[in-house]
Amino acid sequence: MNSVIKYFTSIFKGIRSLWAGMRVTGKYFVSPGEIVTEQYPENRATLKMAEGFKGEVIMPHDENNQHHCTGCGICELNCPNGSIEIITKRIPNEEGKPERVIDKHIYHLSMCTFCELCIKTCPSHALAWGQDFEHAVYDRTKLTKVLNKPGSTLKKEGALL
Amino acid sequence: MSEEIIKNIIVREDEDYIVNMGPQHPSTHGVLRLEVCLHGEFVNYLIPHIGYIHRGIEKMSESDTYKQIIHLTDRMDYLSAHMNNEAVCLAVENALGIEVPERVKYIRVILDELTRLASHHLWWSAFGMDLGALTTFFYGMRDREKVLAIFEESFGSRLLHSFNIPGGLMHDVHPNFQKHTMEFVRYFRKKLPEYKQLLTDNIIFHNRTKGIGIMPCETAVAFGVTGPSGRGSGFACDVRKVAPYGVYDKIEFKEILHEEGDSFSRYLVRMEEMEESLNILEHVVDQVPEGDYTARMKPIIKLPEGEYFQRVETARGELGVYIVSDGKKYPYRIKFRSPNFSNLFVLNTLAKGGKIADLVAICGSLDLVIPDIDR
Repeated sequence: MNSVIKYFTSIFKGIRSLWAGMRVTGKYFVSPGEIVTEQYPENRATLKMAEGFKGEVIMPHDENNQHHCTGCGICELNCPNGSIEIITKRIPNEEGKPERVIDKHIYHLSMCTFCELCIKTCPSHALAWGQDFEHAVYDRTKLTKVLNKPGSTLKKEGALL
Repeated sequence: MSEEIIKNIIVREDEDYIVNMGPQHPSTHGVLRLEVCLHGEFVNYLIPHIGYIHRGIEKMSESDTYKQIIHLTDRMDYLSAHMNNEAVCLAVENALGIEVPERVKYIRVILDELTRLASHHLWWSAFGMDLGALTTFFYGMRDREKVLAIFEESFGSRLLHSFNIPGGLMHDVHPNFQKHTMEFVRYFRKKLPEYKQLLTDNIIFHNRTKGIGIMPCETAVAFGVTGPSGRGSGFACDVRKVAPYGVYDKIEFKEILHEEGDSFSRYLVRMEEMEESLNILEHVVDQVPEGDYTARMKPIIKLPEGEYFQRVETARGELGVYIVSDGKKYPYRIKFRSPNFSNLFVLNTLAKGGKIADLVAICGSLDLVIPDIDR
């Protein structure tokens, strides 16, 4: 007799707990309230990432194609993975003396772990985070980028970018 | 006594057969291979095979400066990335005798608890899914998304935010950080009863977890099982209480303990820990003082010669960082005592004699993260 009672109570309990769970899911089925899923990629035009989103490392240039990178190599030293390579060249300045300037600031996105040390340690604030996050490419050589734009020069003075 | 408990006696009979669970099994949550010896449906013994995702983080750290190590510790237990960072930072700060600003301490505690919540969300989602309740995954992920949005706004990344540096934080948090945290706490307080209705009160879930994988307190101590898994057996091992760091000594909170030691009590510990995390957040979030976000540090950190140890409570247990320094800018040796490594090796004792379906429930209730085991 006892086992029969136990059997039927367990059935009753099972149905009750099922009902409790189904009530929650049913509530969201008929009235979803706010829609929590992102409609990506349909919302590409309106999608705005957070201010400091770590998409990739970029070097901001102003309207005169000038940047702040002096080619000191501190970012290269601080990078834990060797994602940054600095190639400098010597060109004569106004007085005719050879001066070391940046030739290529090479950034390997494929090796970057987004630790922010290069941006944090740059003494002239030449690097920043870019918000672009769609990095998928068909050829991995495309992940090696040159951050300073061709023909760009060093900005000597003025407010930081 | 404890030697007898941790001894694994392997007796194989002729009709037993060996099945590989993993390295790509959904319920092992990563590349963990369990060599399970089955006698019919019953587990005779199991041997965990680890090392599929070994990256040599400890060895790599020996050629990195103390600032560069931080981003590697993210990749150990990726679900408690912030606590891993904090462990190394605290070890370095204590070695140098640096007092970090109060603001940093409070923000670190908020981040600890937010990370713990995000981690427990994922565990709850995956645990339900392991036991056949697919719905839990959507509900857990919905709430986890809110925490990750707070992270993304302040640190720029959602999972592996190398936000701590020795001496403080990488940069200041977003101005809306406290407001959004408070909004999340209010939101999640309303949603937590749904978790109870969906899974905690479910009768099928009770049958799958109650009395399954019973771990007595002595076993937990012998294997060094810490965190919620250890506290489910009544082992009071919360580092936040035992050896407080940051501002945990100024905050009032309960250490959740359950005595039963089965999968269900380990589940309950985590559920109640979520509530406790909300309490801590509510208590702390208004108290964050204004001030600097980092202490004054030299550009190149050199630890004085000696040995340093620091432990923190991650979402899965006690993480210990042991640094041996010879006075250079790189550590001579760094060792991580990861919680998941200890938690994994109790699995044989728990699953022995049970059914193979229960092994999935036990594995889920231990909440293993495989990259933390291999490091």
